[in-house]
Amino acid sequence: MGIEFRNVGKTYRDGTVAVADFSHVVASHRIAALVGSSGSGKTTLLRMVNRMIDPSNGTVLIDDEDIQGLDKVRLRRRIGYVPQAGGLLPHRTVVDNVATVPVLNGTSRATARGNALDLLTLVGLDASLASRYPAQLSGGQQQRVAVARALAADPNILLMDEPFGAVDPIVRRELQDQLLRVQAELGKTIVIVTHDVDEAFRLADDVVVLRTGGVVAQSGTPQSILASPADAFVRDFVGADRPERTLTTTEVDGQRLVVDADGRPVGILR
Amino acid sequence: MTWLENNSDWVVELTIQHLFLALAAIVASVVLAVAVGRVAYVRPRVRQPILAAASVVYAIPALPLLIVIPLVLGVPLRSPTTLVVALTLYGTALLVGTVVDAFSTVDAGVRDSAVAMGYGRQALFWRVELPLSVPVLLSGIRVVTVSTVGLVTIGALVGISSLGTLLTDGFQRGITSEILIGVLMTMALALALDGALVALGRLLTRWQPRRRRRARTPLGSTEVIV
Ligand SMILES: Nc1ncnc2c1ncn2[C@@H]1O[C@H](COP(=O)(O)OP(=O)(O)OP(=O)(O)O)[C@@H](O)[C@H]1O
Ligand SMILES: [Mg+2]
Repeated sequence: MGIEFRNVGKTYRDGTVAVADFSHVVASHRIAALVGSSGSGKTTLLRMVNRMIDPSNGTVLIDDEDIQGLDKVRLRRRIGYVPQAGGLLPHRTVVDNVATVPVLNGTSRATARGNALDLLTLVGLDASLASRYPAQLSGGQQQRVAVARALAADPNILLMDEPFGAVDPIVRRELQDQLLRVQAELGKTIVIVTHDVDEAFRLADDVVVLRTGGVVAQSGTPQSILASPADAFVRDFVGADRPERTLTTTEVDGQRLVVDADGRPVGILR
Repeated sequence: MTWLENNSDWVVELTIQHLFLALAAIVASVVLAVAVGRVAYVRPRVRQPILAAASVVYAIPALPLLIVIPLVLGVPLRSPTTLVVALTLYGTALLVGTVVDAFSTVDAGVRDSAVAMGYGRQALFWRVELPLSVPVLLSGIRVVTVSTVGLVTIGALVGISSLGTLLTDGFQRGITSEILIGVLMTMALALALDGALVALGRLLTRWQPRRRRRARTPLGSTEVIV
């Protein structure tokens, strides 16, 4: 069950081998993060799931079904997709953006709009923004709308390509929290691509660290990856030796204070 | 202006004829240019040949064209069809390049995410690409509209009646006010249609962030939204 990549590879027309031979299973109702340096094939792999890219070899299966045999357009309508930024339709209001896929599927506009309003609340947006156009929203609000839109047809799968990459760190953190709340409620199968290891560790149940060519350097829970990085590449990539990851405790005023390698306080040990 | 008082019915009739000839050619030009421009946009290989052909068509002198079209289509020389076809050729040639530009301005990220959401080809064209190309498209349509309204007068030379008839008739009979009325009415028609297009454009592009312009008010210069 879930999403299975079975020996997939992608060679672009110009000869670039984006992904050589990748196999991995994303479990249902879990969040998997693909991380890795730029050009390691994360986006290529993500877009194979909704057939925005067809693999040159190998197969992608959703719930044990080879998606190569499915109609692309219909497949995409049952998979939510959140692009990095600017993916909203600029000529549609917020509520109509969210209602897009249900309307494409034949739901009446009135019903779709009604559901869209509920979704806006779910992602933490005020209903008063519903009649605005995307250009009238902040970057963070736009990404919330994009998440609501991806959820509108109640898909089982959500694909997110650096969804919070274009917003500032504080807003990014809020959006991550919101996503976790939504996930606790809805339990989707989510694949998220990110550059940001901290984001992957915060959000994902399962992290795949990729090297150039879609080679899996290591995969596992954030805990296991941080506890035992497979090699120097992973160790460096997840920043296992970074000051903020190497914590020690010290006693201050009778409290066990956790501090990072620079001596900055992080929290209190109970 | 006694000439006008005595001939007002005729002027109204000619204005209406002029309007219909122009509208038919403008609508046909837009439809044809969007179709041809779309092909040129989707297939980069034929883009240059198509744009080159458009320039050539636009360079054909009008009078020979008005004589060749009836021969090719087998319609009478004085038929309005002749003029509408000729003006459609010019209008299409004038607009095709703008159509290619218009589709090129549609944000690649927006198109990509629309496809990823499950827009099929048809839906993508009608509901995403076409509406988003309206701002640029409309600027081209305005040019074609004004130019077509002016060109309709040429039909009078081969006997297709329009406000141009006032020009030919006025010259022949030496009535200055008749010529003047012909020129003014043609210009007024062009301006009216252009105004209508501007209004339509406002309606269709409400989603666009409004450009801010400085306007002078009694209190000095303030920003207004136009
Ligand atoms: N359409 C394409 N044609 C040719 N090469 C491509 C194409 N798309 C991607 N590539 C190449 O394939 C490799 C993997 O690209 P991909 O976009 O999957 O990487 P990524 O991990 O998502 O990178 P980033 O973190 O920068 O988004 C890169 O070397 C890239 O240049
Ligand atoms: Mg990418």
